[in-house]
Amino acid sequence: MSDTAMSAPADLAPARAPLDQDWRKVVNYGLVLGLALVFISLTGMPDGLNSRVIVEPWLSMGYLSLMWLPFAIGFAVTHEQVLEGMVQHKRGARELVAGAVVGLIGGLCLSLLVYLLDTRDLSDPLVNWNQPLLDFLTRDGSVGEGVLLWVGVSTALGLFGGLMRIVPALGSRLVRAVILTVVGAAAMEALIDDLSEGVWKLEGVVEWLYHPREGLEPAGAIALAIAAAFVVLWLGRQLKKGGAVYNLAREAQPLAVNAVSVVAVAAAAILLPIFLGRLTNDLLVNVGLFVLLALGLNIVVGLAGILDLGYVAFYAVGGYSVAILTSPTSPGISPTLPFWLAIFIVVGMATLAGLFIGAPVIRMRGDYLAIVTLGFGEIIRLTVRSDWASGLTGGAQGMLSIPGPDLNIGGWTLPLVGWTMPKLEVDLMGTNPQHILYVVMFFVAIAIYVSWRLENSRIGRAWMAVREDESVAEAMGINTVTAKLQAFVVGAILASFAGAVFAAKVGSIFESSFKILVSIVILVIVIVGGMGRIAGVVAGAFVLVGILGGPNQPGLMAEFSEYKLLIYGALLVWMMLKRPEGLIPNVRRSRELHQEEFLQDAWLRGEVDRDEAGSEATTDEGWAPA
Amino acid sequence: MSGERLLDIKSLSVTFGGLNALHDLDFHVDKGEIVSVIGPNGAGKTTFFNMISGMVTPTSGDIVYRGDSLLGLDPNQVTARGIARTFQNVRLFANMTILENVMVAQHCRTKVGVFGSLLNTRSFRREEEEIREYGKEVLGFFGSRLVGYRLDQTASVLSYANRRRLEIARAMATKPEIILLDEPVAGMNPKETEELTGLIGKLRSEWGFTIVMIEHDMKVVRDVSDRVVVLDHGETIAQGSYETVSNDPGVIEAYLGRPIEGNAS
Repeated sequence: MSDTAMSAPADLAPARAPLDQDWRKVVNYGLVLGLALVFISLTGMPDGLNSRVIVEPWLSMGYLSLMWLPFAIGFAVTHEQVLEGMVQHKRGARELVAGAVVGLIGGLCLSLLVYLLDTRDLSDPLVNWNQPLLDFLTRDGSVGEGVLLWVGVSTALGLFGGLMRIVPALGSRLVRAVILTVVGAAAMEALIDDLSEGVWKLEGVVEWLYHPREGLEPAGAIALAIAAAFVVLWLGRQLKKGGAVYNLAREAQPLAVNAVSVVAVAAAAILLPIFLGRLTNDLLVNVGLFVLLALGLNIVVGLAGILDLGYVAFYAVGGYSVAILTSPTSPGISPTLPFWLAIFIVVGMATLAGLFIGAPVIRMRGDYLAIVTLGFGEIIRLTVRSDWASGLTGGAQGMLSIPGPDLNIGGWTLPLVGWTMPKLEVDLMGTNPQHILYVVMFFVAIAIYVSWRLENSRIGRAWMAVREDESVAEAMGINTVTAKLQAFVVGAILASFAGAVFAAKVGSIFESSFKILVSIVILVIVIVGGMGRIAGVVAGAFVLVGILGGPNQPGLMAEFSEYKLLIYGALLVWMMLKRPEGLIPNVRRSRELHQEEFLQDAWLRGEVDRDEAGSEATTDEGWAPA
Repeated sequence: MSGERLLDIKSLSVTFGGLNALHDLDFHVDKGEIVSVIGPNGAGKTTFFNMISGMVTPTSGDIVYRGDSLLGLDPNQVTARGIARTFQNVRLFANMTILENVMVAQHCRTKVGVFGSLLNTRSFRREEEEIREYGKEVLGFFGSRLVGYRLDQTASVLSYANRRRLEIARAMATKPEIILLDEPVAGMNPKETEELTGLIGKLRSEWGFTIVMIEHDMKVVRDVSDRVVVLDHGETIAQGSYETVSNDPGVIEAYLGRPIEGNAS
């Protein structure tokens, strides 16, 4: 709405005077900025991330972790909610002043920290109150230099944030594209390095872009910025055209276009791992595992509305089942089955576990259910670890030498016919990330298919009805216990697939991989991505696990791993406040969360129906926008 | 009009703590009847419905439907047997589309499970088609209000009167024999009330449903009911045709109160 810098429509009121500010708001935002800057500094994040260079030698991730804040808050303070019928003023110097003042206050707060760091020693409660932080904040200079630096930089960035409100939409899009490209290119250095390796001439370009040690070369950064600007100015329009063509084609020939898309995606999925290096493949496997888990939880939470906080239990069941069945060194039973045979037993075990855990908790509702599932999640892990079960599971020592899945599935003979499946002559065995990636993609494809089919079926509708109103669903002839158990079991099976692949990938299994944090991360993925929507969940897994890293897995920004939970938490809070429906929302759910806005919009479009003439008395109070 | 006995309720009682919500109630419905249950607020009418539909368990007594007792059945089993209901405070699945609302109500009449949906079997597709068609047919009962472009809109955009209509459609979609209507015209204007009164008659004459209705609007009760049962403080105080009941001194007393002794004489 009024969020972005708008190209000025004709009927704007003249700009207000630069000093005609809502000073209370400006000072509040400034203090929030100051507090945030001080807080982030004291978490040790800037100093810790300082080693990660973005543009050599100008900018590091550490400075960036502070510098984005004045910009963002300078932008936020100039936000004005414009409602129907309110006077909208032209944007101008007033925005710049507000942004700059906010930045200035934030800079002063940080300067105060610099001064105090120098004069006081509070390292007792505050671990990061130390010399390195002071050196970082002053760039190894004197306190005065540090104060000047932060007051100046913060004010400038706040001003810049305010400026974003004034420039036309294209300008702010350009700035966004340039910043994202440069930071993104620096963050994904390892990935790009990995991708370009061995590819004709690309290697040279990449070497020119990046500094030999780490980070972009200044010239490289400028080249990337120009490229990004070019993309926004020219390619953006072309892409839009292409999109329009695609939409038209899809309307005319939906089947053919869909078939082509499916084939294209499948081809990309098969070819991609070949070109990717070990590191990237490994990263994608981790993302894939969490996509799988999140899709499963999405069925349980997103469709059926059962808040399961112990979802990790099924992940553990899958992992331990595979470990026991395939590892030659498993302490108890050790049938050393091949992976693909074991997976069928895993499905059975997951179903049993789903029923076993589901049966007692399913009759509860809401908060009670969440707490009880939370308990069960831990119970499974503690059982696995206990002396009682250690004869089977290895207890705290875990299990080792779990063989990877053999992709070369030939070589077996049909018992009665005597026909032997031909075996390929290549070795596809082992825990090579490239091969595991295919396995993960196979299971993710199954999970996506299952989610998609079930959502639009009798069962899926029953789940939605249960989510909407359980007692009414029951009164409409839906056996809610069965419906919820079905959701639980389907979710359990998908999680067990993830567990199975995880065990095969790592080659060993320990109970410490199945802590409660995993459940929470999966739930955060579902919420941040967009509950109830497949694309959203996949996007959530890429953003959280791919970039920040999973509970035990490093992401693209390995440096973040120490501050991962802090960022998860901040992201979750921010999402809940600003975009509770997630990154790529489910239409239904976003309607549910924005019911009033949605109804208002529908009313403005004339879609909300009104009762026949003479019934104003009953309709008006309910439907007229306030 | 009375045909075969469908529902027979014998000396039904329920107590919530010390409160006798229903006390020793006898009630029966024959096939093809329209029976109204009336009574002042708090008389136990909705509790009575909740009990038939299995949401509340009676303390004593028996509910016999077609010769079998309904006691101990879950609400979904009662619905599957053929007794559907609507709710006094409209409770639709607000974020599901109008068509989905009536499709999901046919859950107990269909049986394709997880595997059928996953494999997109022939029976799955046929069943989906069937419930979609039947859903549209049921919605078509209310004219053009709930069909056409509305089918794929969420129930939350509907006007109040149309929500009430959709609730009835949803009950019809469960393919019941008896429909329990809990204040079907509450909150509607006179014109809508009149129309719905006609439709309630059609529910019997065209669709063959037997209807038990709680209603406060005496005009509706008079126009459609074969029989009226009056509850007060959880007990039946009168029953019979509308005329009989409306002249019954006990009923007048329940609604208007007892004349003060000294004054009356």
